[in-house]
This record gives sequence, C-alpha cells and structure tokens, in this order.
Amino acid sequence: MDNYLVAMAVFAGLYALLALGLNVVWGMTGMINLGLVGFFGLGAYVSALLCRQAGAPIVVGIAAAALAAAGAGAAVALATARLRGDYLAIITLGFSEVVRLVASNELWLTNGTDGISGIPGPWRGRVAPQTFNVIYLAIVVLAVLAVLALCERIRHSPYGRVLRAIRDDDQVAAVAGKRVIAFKVEAFAVSAAILGLAGALWGHYTSFIAPDVFTPLVTIYVVLALTAGGTGNNVGAVLGAALVIFLMEGTRFATGWLGGLAPVQVAALREALIGAALLVVLRVRPRGLLPEAIVPVQAPR
Amino acid sequence: MPREIAQLVLNGLMAGTILAVPAIGFTAIYAVLRFPNFAIASHLTIGAFAGWLANVSLGLPAALAVGVAFAAAGVAGVVSDELILKPLRPAGALTTAIAAVALTLVLENVIRFVFGNDLRGYALPIRRDWQVAGLRIAPQQVQNFGMAVVAMAAVFLFLAFTRTGKAMRAVADNPTLASVKGIDTDRVARLTTFVAMGLAGVGGMLVGLDTSIDPLTGFRVILSVFAAAVVGGLGSIPGAVVGALTIGIGEELSLLVLAPAYRTVVGFAAILFVLTLRPRGILGERAY
Repeated sequence: MDNYLVAMAVFAGLYALLALGLNVVWGMTGMINLGLVGFFGLGAYVSALLCRQAGAPIVVGIAAAALAAAGAGAAVALATARLRGDYLAIITLGFSEVVRLVASNELWLTNGTDGISGIPGPWRGRVAPQTFNVIYLAIVVLAVLAVLALCERIRHSPYGRVLRAIRDDDQVAAVAGKRVIAFKVEAFAVSAAILGLAGALWGHYTSFIAPDVFTPLVTIYVVLALTAGGTGNNVGAVLGAALVIFLMEGTRFATGWLGGLAPVQVAALREALIGAALLVVLRVRPRGLLPEAIVPVQAPR
Repeated sequence: MPREIAQLVLNGLMAGTILAVPAIGFTAIYAVLRFPNFAIASHLTIGAFAGWLANVSLGLPAALAVGVAFAAAGVAGVVSDELILKPLRPAGALTTAIAAVALTLVLENVIRFVFGNDLRGYALPIRRDWQVAGLRIAPQQVQNFGMAVVAMAAVFLFLAFTRTGKAMRAVADNPTLASVKGIDTDRVARLTTFVAMGLAGVGGMLVGLDTSIDPLTGFRVILSVFAAAVVGGLGSIPGAVVGALTIGIGEELSLLVLAPAYRTVVGFAAILFVLTLRPRGILGERAY
C-alpha cells in the first residue's frame, strides 16, 4: 500500500508538470493546446530512445526530450502564428494524432504498438524497488518545485505581464510595441519543453512506453487538472493535478464496489465521470478552486 | 498505373462525399455559433449506433435507417447543447471547445457502457462489385454516395429557398443585425445544432456502412472532418464540400507513396499547407 501511494504521488507530480506546462500557454498566454499529449509523448520517446538505444545518460535524454518538444512546440506555434485560436485547437489536436501514428507505425524506430520496454531509471536495479520509488518521488518533487519556481518567476516578471496582455487582447499588446508572434512562439516552446520533460520523466519511471499511453484522454485529464485548480494560477495547477489523480484513483475503488459490471463498463464509467467532472467544474467554478490573483504592480515613486 | 490512379480517385471521390456530410455539420455550427464543436465526433458515433439499431434490430433497410441516424444524432445534439454547451458559451469559444471535448468523452463512454467495445456490422445484402471501364466499384459504395448527395442537396435547398434557411444564413453573416431584424437567434442556433448534429449522425452511419462501427468510429474520422472544414474555409458550407473532396481524394492518392496507416496525416498536412497559403481556407469564411 505504501508503494502504491508513492507511485500515485509520482504520477500526481508528473500531472502537475503537465498542468504547469499547459498553464504557460493556456493560462498565461491564452493559447489553447489540445494536443499537449503529443509533446508529452514526443519527450517520452526521445529520452527513451536516446537512453535505451544510444546508451546516453538519463540526464542527457531528459534534456534532449525537453529540447525536442520545445522545437516541435515552436514549429506548431509558428505555423499557426497568424491564425485565430480555434485553428490552433484543431492543429494541436492533429499534431498529437500524428505523433501517435508515427509511434504506432515506425516499427524500426519505436517498435510500434508493442512499445519500448526496459527504459533505464536512475539507480533502478541497484537499489530495492521501494527505494527506487522513493528516490524517484524525490526527483519528481524537485522537478515540480523547479518548474513551479520558473513559472512563478515568469508570472511575476515583465515578460509574464506581456503574456497576460497578449492573452487579454493581443492587438493592444501589439500596439504597445510588443512582438506578439515572438512572445507566442516562445511561450509555446517553454510550455512544450515542460511537457516534454514530464514525458521523459514518465518513461524513466514506468520503464515502458507505448502509443496507447499517449491518448487524447491524457490531454483531457490535464485540462481538467488546470481548470479545476485555477487557470492562470501555477499553485492551482499543481493542486488540480493532485485532485485529478485522487479522482481517477478514487473512481477505481468506487467502481470496485459496484458489482455486476463488465470491465469495459467500469472503464467506460470512469472515463465518463472524468469528462463529467470537467463539465461540472467549467460550469460551477470556471475560474477554478484557486482563481488567478492579479499580480500587484508597485506604483512608481 | 493510370488505371490504379483512376481507381484511387474514384474511391477518394466516394470517401470525400461521405466526409462532406459531417464536415457541413461542423462548419455550419461554426458559422452560426462561432466555436469549433468537437462534440461532433460523438454524434457521428451516436448516429452510427442509432442507424445500426434501426437496421439490425428493427430490420429497416439502410436507406431508411439513415433517417433514424439523422433524427437520433440531431436530438442528442440539441439536448446536450442546451444542457451543457449553451450555458458555457458566454465564457468564450475556446472554453466551449474544451467543454465539447469533455462532452464527447462522456457521450462516447455512454455508448461504450451500453454496447461495449465490439465491432458491429450493418445487415447488408451481399452483392458482387461492379466493373465499369476497368474500375471496381461496390453497389453499397454507390448507395452511400447517393445518400450523401441527397443529404447535401437537401441542406443546400433548405438554405437557399426556405425562410428558416435564409434566417440561418443571416445569423451566420451578422448575428446582431439578424436579431435587430427580428430573427430569433436562439431558435436558429437550436435548429442549426439539430441539422448539423443530424448530418454528423448520417456521416457516422455512412462511414459505418463502409466498414464497421464501434464507440471510436466518430473519433477515428474526426481529424479528416476538421481538415475538410478547415481546408475549405471554416464556416463555409460549399467550402466544406470542396475541402472534403480534397481530403478524400488526397487521402486515397497518398496510398501511392505512404503506408495506409498515415492516411489521416494527409488531412493534417493539408490543413497546414492550405492555411499557410490561404489563412481563411480555399473558399474563405462566408457561410454560403
């Protein structure tokens, strides 16, 4: 049971990273990313392939994952820079499907739907599995704290103010002399790097990745986490991620008590509950549990 | 080789015509309500299953069952829109789009809960393929093509000649002006959702007639549907038809150079390509 709780804490941490990554584009800059699972998957595959096939150290793999995801994010943002937000929703959704298709079909590279197993983890095999779990939890907590600090730094900086200005009205930001497209591309790259980092950490923890880990369902979980926590609020993103993991695992036990259902019905019920939870949150608390606070600006003296 | 290409173009034309039906639905909702309603994916599936029930359980022929698919998906669309999406619309197009994705997840899983994950086929008479000028074509394909064309013709006649159709175009063009002129925009929105989701249901059933159906039927084609609508010009109904034919033929022709698994990538590539050259799609964004 202890091991189970530690594993859930690790997954909550990884979801917190995803929610923080989404917050940079959606919460701070007002750009939608409905294909965030694509950047997550890209990061996981890059790091897994580098470490498993090319024998690179894990740290190198993780850094490469973040860089590759950032590059992909910048490319997607550039391609859609001049288009309205709704197009970005469709393009990002398409991007994640393309990543999944490539992962499923390029057998020589990704081993197809069988996935990649035996991805190395830090000190895995050299310490007891319980100890590995605890070490990994520490690594994930550190990563969450570091990314949280980075995001808070962005939020309170003049840079973050420009992002919020673009979110609220990009024409006004442009009139004020800000290079809106450059800011959008940079924000998207930073966000994608965080998503890629989360993907790499995911692979090194579970030691196995396959295309069906990276389904659109993950995107919905993360959007739910951020919306429930408070769009625009970094601490809210972390809180929301913890809540989503609690809800997902809670429904696992709750549906266990309902007898007489086929496994496929239980799975369907859980997914439907997640979707319904997101709808309820959007309706009842659209600004989340911790609504975004207005950053105080010091009056000039 | 020329014969092979001709066969692929013919298949693409058939597939594109079917794709045009839900693409019109998606684009019509966009034109009137100004948000990308991703819930169209689950309504494709709802239509496919409603048509399947009518066809297999009630024994209706496919041409009548498709009417059931239209009605069921249309009603489901209006009910879910009234209860769930409409109250969220003031929060903005992107928030509503997110809610539509969540709605799709819920509806898809309701279907999975009832029907399970098994593949189901329609009860269709088995007929030999026709050979015309060296090209192969299945009678069922021709029938599906015919049903798609009838559905589209009905939409165009409705928009061109009926008072309600004109009201819909007016609202798509300029909602404020339309409501000043005494058009009940709420009613128009409801009607648009009914027709659009009904078309999605018809599209789902037509896709299912070609292959088989399961709870993910709608989700599998949705990328091509978006691509069709976006390539043609989001919000333009003739654009959706042009876009769907482009995507349908493009997906088939891609088989010459790409593995079949990458068909949907064609739609994605087409979106990027067309939007780079023409940010408002081939026919622009005028509704009609």
